[in-house]
Amino acid sequence: MKFKLILLIFFFKCSFLYGVEKPIDQNNIYKNLRCLVCQGQSIADSNSDFAQTIKLVVKDQVSAGKSEKEIYNFLVEKYGEWIVYKPPLNKTNFLLWFIPYLSFFLGGLLIFLIIRKSKQNKR
Amino acid sequence: MISNFGNLLLSLNIFLSFVIIYCALKCLKTSGKLISKTIYQISTLQSTIIIICFFTLVAAFIISDFSLTTVYQNSHTLKPTFYKIAGTWGNHEGSLLLWVIILTIFSFLFLVFTKKHPKEFRIFTLIIQNILIVGFLFFILFNSNPFSVLSPIPIEGLGLNPILQDPALAIHPPLLYIGFVGSSIYFSAAMASLLTNYSHTSFAHSIKNWVLISWCFQSLGILVGSIWAYYELGWGGFWFWDPVENVSLLPWFAMTALFHSLIVFEKRGLFYFWVITLCLLTFILSVTGTFLVRSGILNSVHTFASDPARGIYILLFLTLMIFTSIFLFFKKYKKENYDLNPNSKETFILVNNWFMIFYLITIFLGTIYPIFTDVITGSKISVGPPFYNMVILPIVAIFLLVMTIGPKVKWIKERFENFKNYLFILLGSILINFLIVFLFKSYSVLSNLIIISALFLIISSLLDAVKSLKNKKIDFAQIISHASFGFLVLFIGLNNIFSIEKDYNIKLGETKNFSNYSIKLQNLELEEYSNYKAIIGELEIINTKTSKKNILRPEIRIYDNPQTLTYEAAIKTSILKDYYLTMSNIDRSEYYNIKFQKKPLMIWIWISVIMIVFGGFLRFFQNAKNN
Amino acid sequence: MQRIIKISFLITLFFIIGVFFIGLNKDANYNTISLVGKKISNINLEHFEDNTFYKDNDLKKNNYTLINFWASWCAPCRDEHPLLIQLSKEKNLKILGINFKDKKNQADKFLNDLGNPYDFLAKDEQGKHSVIFGIYGIPESILVNKDLVILKKFVGPLSFEDISNIIKIIN
Repeated sequence: MKFKLILLIFFFKCSFLYGVEKPIDQNNIYKNLRCLVCQGQSIADSNSDFAQTIKLVVKDQVSAGKSEKEIYNFLVEKYGEWIVYKPPLNKTNFLLWFIPYLSFFLGGLLIFLIIRKSKQNKR
Repeated sequence: MISNFGNLLLSLNIFLSFVIIYCALKCLKTSGKLISKTIYQISTLQSTIIIICFFTLVAAFIISDFSLTTVYQNSHTLKPTFYKIAGTWGNHEGSLLLWVIILTIFSFLFLVFTKKHPKEFRIFTLIIQNILIVGFLFFILFNSNPFSVLSPIPIEGLGLNPILQDPALAIHPPLLYIGFVGSSIYFSAAMASLLTNYSHTSFAHSIKNWVLISWCFQSLGILVGSIWAYYELGWGGFWFWDPVENVSLLPWFAMTALFHSLIVFEKRGLFYFWVITLCLLTFILSVTGTFLVRSGILNSVHTFASDPARGIYILLFLTLMIFTSIFLFFKKYKKENYDLNPNSKETFILVNNWFMIFYLITIFLGTIYPIFTDVITGSKISVGPPFYNMVILPIVAIFLLVMTIGPKVKWIKERFENFKNYLFILLGSILINFLIVFLFKSYSVLSNLIIISALFLIISSLLDAVKSLKNKKIDFAQIISHASFGFLVLFIGLNNIFSIEKDYNIKLGETKNFSNYSIKLQNLELEEYSNYKAIIGELEIINTKTSKKNILRPEIRIYDNPQTLTYEAAIKTSILKDYYLTMSNIDRSEYYNIKFQKKPLMIWIWISVIMIVFGGFLRFFQNAKNN
Repeated sequence: MQRIIKISFLITLFFIIGVFFIGLNKDANYNTISLVGKKISNINLEHFEDNTFYKDNDLKKNNYTLINFWASWCAPCRDEHPLLIQLSKEKNLKILGINFKDKKNQADKFLNDLGNPYDFLAKDEQGKHSVIFGIYGIPESILVNKDLVILKKFVGPLSFEDISNIIKIIN
């Protein structure tokens, strides 16, 4: 089923979709950081003292020319991985990123097998 | 007194459930195809009693009977009557009572509406449903009793949280529960179907309207929750991938997959065991969701207060449910012969299911993964919007394309004569997309793909509608729902791309300028109301391109009972966009922090969801009429 | 083949439910207490009184330093202050106090009323420097050694137990 093959290839190429270079968006960084003293709010949405402080620090770092990645790494080093909403790709989190795609692939495989079996049954 | 009455009714209901189970088992042994009148009568009694029980609790809230712990914790004499009533189900114990009502009423209604189906099947459905009812009633009676008493009786209650006094939040639980809990009936029906080997296509007939109704209400419940979040929580968004939100979405995917598979099963008798799996899965996901939210195992914006015993009980109940259903399923599973052609509607529906399960697994995994990393490695991580967006969005683009073609493919074999038409529509979509890019601004490649595929679905559906008008053979329900889904993705996409957000620290008299706007904090007023004081900021927004002026008045509200600070967003809604402004004070400073947002097409997002649900209700009424 | 699928499926289910049971006992709230072992660097704190700055090397001269973030507007800081006074008597330990988002006259009054346990006193008016120390609320204290490696973090006011722990570590 060429159709499925095309889908798979298209979707592995998806990584390039995120490599688009754009100027650093402060607000986006605020949204991706978690407020440590709130119940499930991002730094962008929180009015807490902590959120205000982090916003200032991020603003400074952006002005100093740091990249998004560097800023996240800095904050993770100080506060732990909990502070970023995007779980980094490492040994612990590997399964989190891998299982969805694996299940997608297996689902497709399953359908492919079912159709093939139907064809065999017809003969 | 109310407490005793309520407890009496609860116990009576447990007793009645056992009676029903007993009579049902007896009825199995008798010959004859009819279910005895006694069972109907007892079911009616059971439903009546649980409704009375519920209204007893409502009455307790209305008269502010603080001898009941639940009323004390969640109500207050100064609450408006409407919110006193809504407070009944806005807490853990009361909402469980709502669960049981829906379980009970659905049990009764299913009995009444399935007269044309085999007796054994209906009996077993009744039995299993009543086992679920008993399980929940025991939970209520011994762990989460809304009628538990407090002594000495307090004079005033604790529950005056202003954020919770909102009309959208008031109807959110009932709507959502008809979805969540409504799925129990086809869980029970699926178990009964396995037990009685009722695998004929008429089984689909017995449950399909129940699936539709639960799906429609689940969608409405999610919609209302999002609307509440947007208007009340003040961050300007409506979906945060918070665990509580995810948990309401999981059964929705299963339900969607289910009623699509039911179409295949009903028409061609295929995939019986997959249909059964989905029936079981939906309610299992509902109870899993309840567990995740009420046990305190997850950190979320709107968890209920937590209690470890609660979590243990629900988990045990869930485990029992899961293993019983799996055991039965494995026992009865027989290999099916698939007669499936790749170019057929059946295949496309299978593909729909494939995508639904993908979304389900992704969201479920993202929600529970932090629990795993904490238990296994001790490290705490957060899984939030970036994860879900990155994993799901690319797939959505493909999904929309498949969703466009699928419904039009014929059963069994399609000859793809319409290929040229699809190409034209695709071209049209690409053109419109680039028109948007040209006129406004460019956006990421992924966004382009999503806009194009959404347009593809929309245009295709609309052309379909026009074409079928001539033939007079329209499937309105399907076209409306599918097109509206396309619109939903389109509007969310455009809203995301073209939203503007600005965060400023501003003081009285200051003006901030950026791109096409200037904002001035003109005035600050202090107003006093009966139960709160408000600092109202008057901000003038001038669109420097069109010279249009808007005045928005966000508030900082200081409630004294309980002492809370809330921030009321000022929202100006119009056809094309919403202006959204929140203001908060900065401690020990004369500056205020304002967040200004321009959110295009917000109202169309809500309308799209309503239209999707409308399609569902339409299908429901069509089915009911055809019966 | 079917058997293997069934069994692995059941095992996965057992595993998930097992994790849920264990997870019930864990606290869903987050704190940074376990973030020890890292080094603090790039310290550039403004002295409380004059315009000089404290840098890394100033703290490396001490065997142990307790870095305490406090403010006059913070009620729990009052509660822990007597314990800090007690700690200031320890020979092997120097205490660095960082006045957080405060006004000088109010901070002065606080120290005049309750005593000054600080060997070094700095200020962080905008709060930005607290991030370098991984602070997210006050009062919060960090115990570091000669090499500025974090030995222990104390979130919230210090307790008697915390004080005995500190004394144990520095001796």
